[in-house]
Amino acid sequence: MNTFPSSTYFSVPPDWGWLIVFYFFFGGLAGGCYFLAALIDLVGRPEDRPLARLGYYIAFPCVILSALLLTLDLQRPLRFWHMLIESNTYRLMFKSWSPMSLGSWALLIFGIFALVSFLGALVEDNRLDWPAGRRVRPPGVLGAVIAGIGGLFGFYVAGYTGVLLAVTNRPIWSDTPLLGMLFVVSAASISAASMILLAHRSRWTMAGLAALHRMDAWVVALEFIVLIAVMISLGPVFRAWLNAWGLVLFFGVIVVGMLIPLALYWRGEWLGNRNATTTAALILVGGFILRLVIVFSAQGV
Amino acid sequence: MPEPMGFYTDTTVCIGCKACEVACKEWNQLPSTNGGLNTLSGDSYDNTRQLDGIHWRHVKFVEQFTEDRKDGRWLLMSDVCKHCVHAACLEVCPTGAIIRTEFDTVVIQSDACNGCRDCISACPFGVIEINPASGTAQKCTLCYDRLQGGLEPACSKACPTQSIQFGTISQLRDRAQKRVEQLHHVGETRAYLYGADEKMLGGLNSFYLLVDKPEVYGLPPDPKMPTRNLKSGTWFSVLGAVLVGLMGVINFRNRGAGLEAREERP
Repeated sequence: MNTFPSSTYFSVPPDWGWLIVFYFFFGGLAGGCYFLAALIDLVGRPEDRPLARLGYYIAFPCVILSALLLTLDLQRPLRFWHMLIESNTYRLMFKSWSPMSLGSWALLIFGIFALVSFLGALVEDNRLDWPAGRRVRPPGVLGAVIAGIGGLFGFYVAGYTGVLLAVTNRPIWSDTPLLGMLFVVSAASISAASMILLAHRSRWTMAGLAALHRMDAWVVALEFIVLIAVMISLGPVFRAWLNAWGLVLFFGVIVVGMLIPLALYWRGEWLGNRNATTTAALILVGGFILRLVIVFSAQGV
Repeated sequence: MPEPMGFYTDTTVCIGCKACEVACKEWNQLPSTNGGLNTLSGDSYDNTRQLDGIHWRHVKFVEQFTEDRKDGRWLLMSDVCKHCVHAACLEVCPTGAIIRTEFDTVVIQSDACNGCRDCISACPFGVIEINPASGTAQKCTLCYDRLQGGLEPACSKACPTQSIQFGTISQLRDRAQKRVEQLHHVGETRAYLYGADEKMLGGLNSFYLLVDKPEVYGLPPDPKMPTRNLKSGTWFSVLGAVLVGLMGVINFRNRGAGLEAREERP
């Protein structure tokens, strides 16, 4: 009874369940896809613009889904606006030191950027008649500003959830400061993977797709290093993963989501034409299981 | 402005009668568990089990017996919200529902809480839970309504042994220190105060006299504020973003010669 590896073992779980796991996944996709799309818009070649459009097409629905999932997870969903406006005084509710408060605002502002860029992508695809819409994406000063700021907010939305978990007193979550970094890197890997999968589905063969594939391999390698760093930084709390969750983390995330995709990238000839899509699908599965393990394992302690 | 108020709980005189639990439930009109059909926990005489949204007081029964049960003791402790001076729940609450009152106590305003449960994971003592009746996070209010009316909290009023004492923090600390000295004098040298000074979260406005390690009573030996990870967590996230951004720029600006073969694929 006297051998607790951390004082965090005396808190109780908040019962964040599947809705939050899905939110972490789709929030990561929203932020990551927008960031990648903005990056391609800003530094990529003109022929890569369809890939950027794809990123915006994924980001906006995912941010809407994220907001819905978060609202549904509240015990009093109709009071979702209390996150933004103080219900007693009707003043703006904002706490810079509370990741959930900051994250609520970031999600709202990012949602606006995601919508604008989504509409800009529709205009470029000639699916929407809005002349000003051609200016909301780079090149051009306005487009560059929107992509730059929106991309930063995207990364914030993708990463703040990890910081939010760290700013609690639950075992695992608050025993490492690296979860935000892990979520940011993982958001980039699953976002690149989702864009590769959807682009292949449309039978695109642009050069940017190969660049995205290569970048994804680099990001997964970084994610692997960060996950190992998380495990080391947990110190004695790492014991909390010496159970079934540890096995799921090892096989589902490290083997399926990282090592096999890296091996497939390294040995590009193994699966021929299906190499990139298989790699991407495995990265997506690994990214989902990562969030699943982190959310549930810390609450089972 | 009133002086900071709180509880001093002397666990050595608690007899486990649970009058505090009953008084708390009655005054605050908290529902019973399972519609009143309680089940036995099998854990000593503790069938309340924990502090949560409908149990704002909880008497802990810690049995310390030898295997043949010929020798041993019970450690009894009436647990409650610690009303920390640096309160983790108040710090993270994104709706402003959790407030510090004029008595330096911490209260959740049920009409403002939206049930996000951030405070539940932030509290280092595991005090807060959702009350299923209201769908909001709830815990001891240190009888805020009674304090405003000049009354003492229901639990300390009901306590028959003065294990739970209510008063100003400065008075309670003096009284507690004298009690520790008295116990040391009569040979109970294990007695000490938990949370009575500023070292623990700025001071607990509900502090305890204990005679064993905190973890034996289910209390964290070294509770911390959740925001301890805010700066480092943020900077590591920024580092992650910068690294990913660099990888993106390198890959989309400078495409290696080895890529050409892959680009041919459908």
